[in-house]
Amino acid sequence: MKPVLEVRDLMVTYPARRGAAPARAVDGVNLQVGQGEIVALVGESGCGKSTLARALVGLVKPTGGQVLSDGVPLGYSAAALKAYRRHTQLVLQDPGGALNPRQNVFDAVAEGPRLHGLTDRLGERVHTALAKAGLRPPEQFAGRFPHEMSGGQQQRVVIAGALALEPSVIVADEPVASLDASVRGEILKLILELRDSLGLSALVVSHDLGLAWNIADRVAVMYLGRIVETGTVEEVLLRPKHPYTRALLSVLPDSGEPPVLLTGEPPDPTSVPGGCRFHPRCPLRAAEQDSRCDGQDLPVLTGDPSASSLAACHLVQ
Amino acid sequence: MSALDTPAGLDVPRHHAFSRFCRAFAKRPAGLAGLGLLVAFGVLALAAPLFIGDDQLNVIKVDGPQLSPPVDGYPLGTDQAGRSVLLLVIWGARESLSIGLIATALTVVLGSTVGLLAGHYQGWIGKILMHVTDWFIALPSLPLAISLSAVLGQGAASITIAIAVTSWTATARLVRAQTLSVEARPFIERAKVLGAGNTQIMIRHVLPNVMPLILVSSTLTVASAILSEATLTFLGLGDPTSVTWGSMLQAAFLGGAVTAGAWWYLMPPGIAILIVVLGFTLVGRAVEHVLNPRMVGR
Repeated sequence: MKPVLEVRDLMVTYPARRGAAPARAVDGVNLQVGQGEIVALVGESGCGKSTLARALVGLVKPTGGQVLSDGVPLGYSAAALKAYRRHTQLVLQDPGGALNPRQNVFDAVAEGPRLHGLTDRLGERVHTALAKAGLRPPEQFAGRFPHEMSGGQQQRVVIAGALALEPSVIVADEPVASLDASVRGEILKLILELRDSLGLSALVVSHDLGLAWNIADRVAVMYLGRIVETGTVEEVLLRPKHPYTRALLSVLPDSGEPPVLLTGEPPDPTSVPGGCRFHPRCPLRAAEQDSRCDGQDLPVLTGDPSASSLAACHLVQ
Repeated sequence: MSALDTPAGLDVPRHHAFSRFCRAFAKRPAGLAGLGLLVAFGVLALAAPLFIGDDQLNVIKVDGPQLSPPVDGYPLGTDQAGRSVLLLVIWGARESLSIGLIATALTVVLGSTVGLLAGHYQGWIGKILMHVTDWFIALPSLPLAISLSAVLGQGAASITIAIAVTSWTATARLVRAQTLSVEARPFIERAKVLGAGNTQIMIRHVLPNVMPLILVSSTLTVASAILSEATLTFLGLGDPTSVTWGSMLQAAFLGGAVTAGAWWYLMPPGIAILIVVLGFTLVGRAVEHVLNPRMVGR
């Protein structure tokens, strides 16, 4: 399967104030999203998953590596970015904040087409996008303002705004994290329907493994700026290899395994440990005492989608 | 973007924005009262030449009693030369209002532009703009206005420029602060990903969200500009031949109205200033409520 969106050895480093070490938010990531595929990127807060999502849509310029769209490296001139954004769109976490409070639904959805000069039959385009996003009948919503709608409806407007450009890829950064549990299911169902009806590819960023299980074809688990385990959703979530993935899964209520509580410092991207970056908190290393864990750096995972599962760990290869 | 490409029933409110604004404004009694005050003063000021002639303003031609309390024919009394204070207040509104409005327009345009640019371009452009602003803030405003008037010559134009030059900095800092807070909100990020450039982000997303603040601050700027005009004219920097509320106060003060207890000469220009400032404030508050959709119905 040819990737529609790919990152190669992506690095994003934020410069620090004088005297402090720079933050390596994304520290070597390979990832591919194929046509019509939904990839979930999971990890705890501060692991760099949102930075990776922003780098994918060109909001953050990588300090190393490449973002490739249909195999073509992304340029960072204003014109190149605008052309790229015609077919790669972002859906943000907080739909209330992602909508301009002074724009009504019509203007919010029409914004993308207007910016790209697609004003021919604009009303019809907005209409269609609203209907695709599940806001039916569209006439009823076009004149409303964001504060007159529920969170789920707002998120549908944000999705409609992205769909109005007829993108091929959607990057969704925690698309349901701020929504009620009942609305979450609806929005996730919508993303799945859009994949089935429009062939849309999606990268969904989340801290929620259950969400990944429900919608993703493949999962990438991120820890401290790097992907530590990736593979098909069944492989990674049912037969996890990496001790970090196992620890994350063991604390789910119905995991059936004794919970593994991670100890030690929470990850800090300004001081990434040498060797395996997970070694200070790793329960497996505490048991096995292998010298490679803190002495030998791990290679960056290739992100090859044909492998059913890959894990960056000295002990479970 | 025209009405042609919109199917029937799909509301594109850009075309109806103004009428909707008017309807919402009409529901705010305080705003209407303020607007009424301003319209009354505006109409009086504009119509003044129809019923006030040179023979009622020229100190040589007038024939009323000198420094008289309110009497028949002179409802607000007269000044030392025998002119009707009522007619002077009405005539003075012309220049006081126009100086206040023009100075405010200059202040708001200059201050908002600098503030918006400094808030959006946070790199070296923003730094330079804010350094210039800081430099103007550090200048003491009254001596600056006095020296500007001295350089440009006495008169309305130099007073207008002096007021604008000394008061745009407050608007600039206010607009920059609000721009920074709007720029940090997620819908700016969404607009960027949708393909918006710097100009589109500033005009379509930042400006509408900063506008209520600009409007409210400009009503206060009108008020303070009218006060500054009165101050500068009172200090003798205005055109000595023209009648404004400031020059009336100056004439009353110099003519000994205070020691003579001529309250009818001092109070009308002061009350006129108060009413106009109040009118602008009431209208500003109402406009703020109407323009901010979150405040509708409150």
